[in-house]
Amino acid sequence: MSARAQTYLWLAQRASAAILALCVAVHLATMIYAIRGGLSAAEILARTRGHAGWLAFYSTFVLAVAVHAPIGLRPVLGEWLRWRGASRDLCLAALALLLAGLGMRAVLGVFL
Amino acid sequence: MKILKVRVWRGGADGAFQPFEVPRRESQTVLDVVTYIQRALEPALAYRFACRVGMCGSCAMTVNGVPRWTCRTHVDAALKNEDELTIGPLRNLPVIRDLVTDMREFFDKWARARGNFEGNKTRRDDFAKVLPQSEDRKQIDAAIECIGCAVCYASCDVVAWNPEYLGPAALNRAWTLIKDPRDQKGRERLRAVAGDAGCHACHTHLSCTERCPKHISPTRGIAGLKRATIFAFAGRPS
Repeated sequence: MSARAQTYLWLAQRASAAILALCVAVHLATMIYAIRGGLSAAEILARTRGHAGWLAFYSTFVLAVAVHAPIGLRPVLGEWLRWRGASRDLCLAALALLLAGLGMRAVLGVFL
Repeated sequence: MKILKVRVWRGGADGAFQPFEVPRRESQTVLDVVTYIQRALEPALAYRFACRVGMCGSCAMTVNGVPRWTCRTHVDAALKNEDELTIGPLRNLPVIRDLVTDMREFFDKWARARGNFEGNKTRRDDFAKVLPQSEDRKQIDAAIECIGCAVCYASCDVVAWNPEYLGPAALNRAWTLIKDPRDQKGRERLRAVAGDAGCHACHTHLSCTERCPKHISPTRGIAGLKRATIFAFAGRPS
């Protein structure tokens, strides 16, 4: 992998970490605040369906996870399992797509 | 006379520790202990040293689990609350025999990181003017006193997990050259130190910074290299 590609990977990892720090904090704070008196599935859906703000927030969250997790797994696989090379990167790209797909399915599930 | 119990590594990678008893002396260094063993108890003991004053970087060993420069490490400091000294070869380097490791890979990585200065002036040109108070010069000052002892390299877990990793010392050297305004090969050097074997592989454990006997922070230099790769490569054709 070229120096340029590696630099972009590192940048993407750092940028997605910054986004995740914010998203996780907002997500946890919102959950704790909203669930104090109990919250049913119907009440959750009533708030999220058709709400563009929640769609944008959780789409950002999911895409940041899809970027961050595979890049973070890359050195773990290399250092612990000695798995390097193109096969590792292809599998991690597939993992990124899987995370994005499953995550967006969940986000759209509570939006539509 | 007080006696110090010492265990010293004997043999190659599959060797074992051999016990010795050494007279305990005031202000005794770990290198003093090893030298006593070789001169009085076991003439065949192999170890490496040269200057004995913390300049040459050749006497580093693992002392009670910690990589240290043995000529400047007092036995008191190495023992802490233990009553036995355990001295072995440096980690992450092949053991030749006893306390002597093969340093070739360590120094080859300096070359791979393009650790050689490459200027473009001749002796007929005027001196380059690098102001002592300039930011670049200050950053070089903080990193330039490396003696090549490999304590940082032996302390680094990333080297243990990823044998291709250039290691803290080589990357620190590259950093001093990146900040040197006289050097002409910055971009090529950044290309050499970027990626899985270079600065981006650092986990920022800070073991190198914690253990460097010269109080250099290779971690700081490696972070600087990461930032420099952004300006060199991101958004531009490589």
